[in-house]
Amino acid sequence: MAVSMPEDRPVIIHADEVSRRFGAFTAVDRVSLDVLEGDIFGFLGPNGSGKTTLIRILCGLLRPTGGRATVLGRDVHTESEAVKRSIGYMSQQFSLYRDLSVMENLRFYAGIYGIPRRERAARMEEVIGIVGIGDHRRKLAGALSGGWKQRLALACALVHRPRLMFLDEPTAGIDPVARRDLWNLLFDLAGRGVTFFVTTHYMDEAERCSHIGYIYYSRLIVYGTPAELKRLPDVTPAGAERLEVRVPGVAAAMRALNAFGYVHDATIFADVLHVLADRGCSGRLIGDLDRAGFPGAEAKPIPATLEDVFVTLTRRRALERAEGRDDV
Amino acid sequence: MFRGLAAVVYKETRHILRDPRTLFLILLIPCLELIVFGYAVNLDVKHIPTVVFDLDGRRGARELLEAYTSSGCFRIVGHVGSDAALTREIVAGRAKVGIKIPEDYSDRLLEGRGAQVQVFIDGSDSTSAMQALSTSNAIGMIASMRVAAENLGGRLELAVDTRNRVLFNPDMRTANFMVPGLVGVILQVVIMLLTAFAIVREKEHGTLEQLMVTPVSRLGLILGKLVPFFVVGVLEASFVLILMRFLFHVPIAGSLLLLAGFTLLFLFTTLAFGLLVSTFAENQIQALQYAFLVLLPSFLLSGFMFPQETMPQFIYYIGQAVPVTYFLRILRGIILRGAGFADLWQNGAILAGLGVFVLLLASARFRKTLK
Repeated sequence: MAVSMPEDRPVIIHADEVSRRFGAFTAVDRVSLDVLEGDIFGFLGPNGSGKTTLIRILCGLLRPTGGRATVLGRDVHTESEAVKRSIGYMSQQFSLYRDLSVMENLRFYAGIYGIPRRERAARMEEVIGIVGIGDHRRKLAGALSGGWKQRLALACALVHRPRLMFLDEPTAGIDPVARRDLWNLLFDLAGRGVTFFVTTHYMDEAERCSHIGYIYYSRLIVYGTPAELKRLPDVTPAGAERLEVRVPGVAAAMRALNAFGYVHDATIFADVLHVLADRGCSGRLIGDLDRAGFPGAEAKPIPATLEDVFVTLTRRRALERAEGRDDV
Repeated sequence: MFRGLAAVVYKETRHILRDPRTLFLILLIPCLELIVFGYAVNLDVKHIPTVVFDLDGRRGARELLEAYTSSGCFRIVGHVGSDAALTREIVAGRAKVGIKIPEDYSDRLLEGRGAQVQVFIDGSDSTSAMQALSTSNAIGMIASMRVAAENLGGRLELAVDTRNRVLFNPDMRTANFMVPGLVGVILQVVIMLLTAFAIVREKEHGTLEQLMVTPVSRLGLILGKLVPFFVVGVLEASFVLILMRFLFHVPIAGSLLLLAGFTLLFLFTTLAFGLLVSTFAENQIQALQYAFLVLLPSFLLSGFMFPQETMPQFIYYIGQAVPVTYFLRILRGIILRGAGFADLWQNGAILAGLGVFVLLLASARFRKTLK
């Protein structure tokens, strides 16, 4: 279900029916997508759905068992070494050398990427400036806090000025302030023309991406801009609308709502309910709630959130799998 | 081809130097091992504790006991007054040999009748038992001949006198035999484990995955890992050889330069084995277990502890697959016998071949992609 993206920017990542099987298990199933220069592509999906596997394929770490992918115009399998020279990669776990200092880690990566000796110092200062880790130069990487570790990892991955960065859950396990700072940094870099491919579980992070893909059970089930995804007919079907219902006792009210024939779905969001119901039923809904023992409810139409999008699409896909319409 | 080599060497060196305590231990522990094992592994049996149950107590008996103690093999630690006490001393482990001299020993000697002496030997320690047995037999033989000669009124003269001369290690010092072997075995243990651990640790910490997405070349990464440990190995080899020469006083009969050359070759082969282990192991525990597949035969089947000639054929061939086997022949050849290149080049060639083969195998297994 690809949403059209009429653009004239260069294609940075092009995946065409990419699959990866491990024995009988298919980790990535015929995934096709395009990421354009300057995009921050948010890649979402439950744990184990194939996110990390796809990233590893695109980085040239894993051979695809089907399909073809190019990164910066080069085939990720046959030209993986050329791909590696122009991408940066930050894996899920912190994977720098804890017993080396910030500078030593940077110097090592500058050497590995073959930055000429006389440019090295200037290049290291450049990335130190970008991530703002200047005060910690002499500290051992293992002694840094989670947020600083991520910044150092980013600095090491940036030292060769890659055009494309893969970040696998870069904000997992760091505090909200460090999380926001890191995202501001990504926007800053995207503004300089770096393209990002980022996996995350956080909906607020997904909202900040320029484009989003959602993978579920190895299949990419949707991708596009956040606004495009929210307008998808599957998310808010024709003749239906999304309502925010404010009522005391949300948990019991949710059970009551799901019993009404014109209610497609009701989900709790903190102290309110998000309800997908037939268009024009809000008055009837308040009346029915009152009769069901929930007086004083208020309902107002709201646009779909990304979470609505993913919940709706996941349920639909789960239903398809359950009905055996898996191999469509 | 060697892309990233300098960077990897830089990084590994930083790792090693970062923690001087570890470096100190790396270099010190083999020296301690050499000292402990060098003194402990001693097959020269001397001063076996011996108890005596002397029912005779006269000159004949005293002369016999004198012969036992002056052989250097036995040391009398006590006298007992009964058979039961004699047995108890041996069972309790306070003595390994018990000598019982009957009350009519001197009488029978004077009368020219055969005198009996009972010697009990603790067989639970086979090395001392063998030594005690053969020495005791010889003492009995010499004593008999002396008596026979005296009775004939002549001097002791043997009809056939074999003059045995042991070449190269005339005092038959165990240290001269064992310590050069220990040098090889200890070098292998330390260098192989260090190399394997250094690579497997990167798998455990996920840093290897990070390296795989960089343009570092396979050869650059592998050699970059091996070079610093090669240097550590050279230092280590120098230390243990110096200890061997000046602490254990094992003289080096052959060329020092040749010894150095073959030691470098052995280090290379050992590093290759360490690398191979790291391609199989996912964590350091596994690395240790895989390493033992090489280390155990190195101890037991290389000729370090037991002569290879007596091994069953199948076991013998396993011994031929471990590098220490060849290095031991080289070490003992140069150090003890003063052998030259012409005598040892075949061992060197096998060592080199083994090293190249294992390195190629390990490099082929060491991929820059994940499984």
